[in-house]
Amino acid sequence: MNAVDFRVLAVVPCFNEQAAIATVVDEINRVKRRHGLNLDVLVVNDQSTDDSLAIIQTLECLYLNLPVNLGIGGAMHAGYKYAFRQGYDIAVQIDGDGQHPAGELLKILEPIFADKADVVIGSRFLERTGFQSTYVRRLGIRYFRWLNQLLIGTSIHDSTSGFRAFNRRTICITNSYYPDEYPEPESIVQFGLHKLRILEVPVVMRERQGGTSSITMVKSIYYMFKVTMATLFVYIRLQNKQRTHGIITDCHSDT
Amino acid sequence: MESLPIVIQILSLIGALGFMYFITRLIVMGKLREEYSFIWIACTIILIVFSIWRKGLEQISLALGVFYPPSLIFLAAIFAIIIFLVHLSVVNSKMQQSVKELTHEIAFLRKELAELRQNEPPVSVDMPLVTEP
Repeated sequence: MNAVDFRVLAVVPCFNEQAAIATVVDEINRVKRRHGLNLDVLVVNDQSTDDSLAIIQTLECLYLNLPVNLGIGGAMHAGYKYAFRQGYDIAVQIDGDGQHPAGELLKILEPIFADKADVVIGSRFLERTGFQSTYVRRLGIRYFRWLNQLLIGTSIHDSTSGFRAFNRRTICITNSYYPDEYPEPESIVQFGLHKLRILEVPVVMRERQGGTSSITMVKSIYYMFKVTMATLFVYIRLQNKQRTHGIITDCHSDT
Repeated sequence: MESLPIVIQILSLIGALGFMYFITRLIVMGKLREEYSFIWIACTIILIVFSIWRKGLEQISLALGVFYPPSLIFLAAIFAIIIFLVHLSVVNSKMQQSVKELTHEIAFLRKELAELRQNEPPVSVDMPLVTEP
């Protein structure tokens, strides 16, 4: 199959990103035209309190307007549900703050075009170029790598990276369950237990172009604790389920 | 010394009955769902039983080997409160899940509606408009 045969949905979660959102969408559209991709942009407005919605409505993109603020996990889940229902073959997450450069989009799409992976994660750390995040965050990321290694035996270098592409099978799985809060590390365990092929490719990330990170210093302890708990519990839950039902291959069952 | 327990007994009986009345009012007014009212009704019944059966608490305490009867009340009360709080957390989690799903559905419907509006101009001027905020 050619790249054009795949219907791709780029899901852009947006919470108060009026400064960056227009550039992000424009960049994706430019990449789409340059490479002739069959791609739609879906911005998920998570109850922004600034002018994001008004800006989104003028852009060349589809958009979902959530009536209640759900957080990044809930917003992405809406996007994946949409991708599932509308029959997209691939879903990509590109953050609305401009951290994920659309120029790198093809790098995370190609392994899926070639059916080399079910989940492709754009990683900052495989080649140490571009924005490398703060020291504390990197320390946390090392901890998650260790946790993933322990639980599913795969070493993911950048488990907090949201720059990801999913194929249809992964979309099916995320359609029925996607973690609410801080979903990135937890979903890796979820994917690992579904025996999905996870591939990391090096990408160059930028510092956010606007807005503020959802994770502040005060919240980081809570973040570590919450993600550890969530990861352990999703692991136990799925293990139990797989012990009784085997590995779930049809994607309509939950989690 | 003998009159004091009687006064307390009457007071606690009035208190328990008052509480029962309050719970019933809430249910009647539709402000409290029946399934949550069971635990409160059970609590009031226990209160009423012990305010009538004065020696009961002492007898139960002795039977259980608790030397200071009031501590049995605290134990039981704290236990009941913790169980109920866990129950509320479960209810809340379920509710959060439902809210998330409803939010998704509303977002999809809004999108579909916006698309329909775009393709078909409104039939009449007084067609009710559901406007997005």
